[in-house]
Amino acid sequence: VSIRVLGAGLLTTLQDGGRHGYAAIGVGAAGAMDDVARRLANIIVGDAEDSATLELTLRGPRLSFAADALIAITGADVEAHCGDSIVPTWRPVLLRAGAELTLVGMRHGVCAYLAVAGGIGLESVLGSRSTDVNARLGPIPHPLAVGDVLPASAAPASLCPDLWRKLRADSRDFSAFPSWSLDPTPWFDGSGAKPIHAIAGAHFDALDSASQRALFGASFRVGVDSNRVGFRLQNVALSLREPLELISEGTAPGTIQLPAGGTPIALMAEAPPTGGYPRIAHVIAVDQPRLAQRRPGDTVRFAQTDLADAQMRYLAREQAIAQLSASVRERLLHPY
Amino acid sequence: MNEIQVESLGDCALLLRFGTCIDPALNAHVHAAAAALRAAGLHGVREIVPAYASIALHYDPRAWFGTDAAVSTISRLHKQVIEIIEHRSLRKPAQAQAEIEIPVCYGGEFGPDLGHVAQLAKLDENEVIARHAAADYHVAMLGFAPGFPYLLGLDPALHTPRRADPRVRVAAGSVAIGGAQTGIYPCELPGGWQIIGRTPLALFDATRDPPALLAPGQRVRFRAVGADELAFVPR
Repeated sequence: VSIRVLGAGLLTTLQDGGRHGYAAIGVGAAGAMDDVARRLANIIVGDAEDSATLELTLRGPRLSFAADALIAITGADVEAHCGDSIVPTWRPVLLRAGAELTLVGMRHGVCAYLAVAGGIGLESVLGSRSTDVNARLGPIPHPLAVGDVLPASAAPASLCPDLWRKLRADSRDFSAFPSWSLDPTPWFDGSGAKPIHAIAGAHFDALDSASQRALFGASFRVGVDSNRVGFRLQNVALSLREPLELISEGTAPGTIQLPAGGTPIALMAEAPPTGGYPRIAHVIAVDQPRLAQRRPGDTVRFAQTDLADAQMRYLAREQAIAQLSASVRERLLHPY
Repeated sequence: MNEIQVESLGDCALLLRFGTCIDPALNAHVHAAAAALRAAGLHGVREIVPAYASIALHYDPRAWFGTDAAVSTISRLHKQVIEIIEHRSLRKPAQAQAEIEIPVCYGGEFGPDLGHVAQLAKLDENEVIARHAAADYHVAMLGFAPGFPYLLGLDPALHTPRRADPRVRVAAGSVAIGGAQTGIYPCELPGGWQIIGRTPLALFDATRDPPALLAPGQRVRFRAVGADELAFVPR
């Protein structure tokens, strides 16, 4: 049972819940840019949330499936085909053996996720299957290339046998899917109109007053040289009252640093665990996936919030995901 | 030791600051505190990241968010952290780690900036090598890339500013000087430090346990070797 890469896409990587426990020796977490979409893809196919999925960036890959596979696509609004049929997203889809899945461009957003029931059967490296592109870590230490083969689980049907039986009976050509799907609205903001919430960082007060107002008011533009490590926030130059010389300290995903040039950088999934630039703000955890879905050239505005509000939103999100996971599981186990 | 300041690093991490300078005694205290925190196995804490004068703790808010809204997550976690660190300091000092010796082939094709360092220091190249290899170093922190050690203890005569035009590619194993520090590139990377030599040792190998050759707080010495010896050490 395997998945063969026929077309690589722009930047397709394997991502799970991230590599944790090695930051003290300079190893970052990596993991998904939109980790909520990644978890939901796993939930939809009945996998553990930490299972590895494919992260597709702006233009997806072309994949062939050697055996029947139950898949789900979430995240950015991606156009997916199997033969002449459109493959719907945010729901389980059974692909029959021999199916060729073509993921074209993203209509909105940047990162889409493809989960395959049973997961990708590769050994973890330092506790994770995530690809760290810059550190060249992971069972596949590089973005997917044509000819790569991903081993899929040998017995994925056992997870929800009734659903498999029903979809196999339903399938006329290469794919079949149930009538239900998840509503992406709470999880994906295709318009990109909502502000991104952030908490002031330790060096926010070191910004001059115009820059303090601009940070939580002006419209930034995501730079074209943004990547999995960081997003450059262009269009509005920020400045400190006076230069700060700092020694390297820990950073976190979401930290907004301000290098001397005045263009802030928001640290993303693949950021290293330490850095030496002033920390002017931190994007809150629940809004990091939203920021990750902004494209180069898109505008971004930041709205200020505080720690208690950020953590309440985090708790509420986790509760909502847990509830959703339970109801999806019911549907997977009882498809009739 | 001064009071430990605490700072939010977003909503899933905090920073404990022990000071704001690069100082060996302060750094040793940081590593002792990090070891104590690691040993305490704090619930919901998945990363403990010591740096020069601070420790970052990455935590799950679900584990530390309480029902009493008046007490913030941070202050709750801060209180417990202080207890652990103070309790630790009453017991024994941090366990000394074995010193490690790193063979280096200085100069030539492996150390293209040795001449520049010598020129700025007004020393001849052999004197630069002798001084670099004579000092006792310790690992202040690992960062920038997996396994990259920032070493304290460089002879002040050898302090050299970073290159104005960083190199696009610095070879794995390159031993370099950046300001008051010396370090070793674990893999091929872009970099702006002055390259003075190369070691054949693998600074980082994900298949090894532990994957990093050096640990935070560890003592390090360099030994000058010839290019022939460099070639014979298996990579």
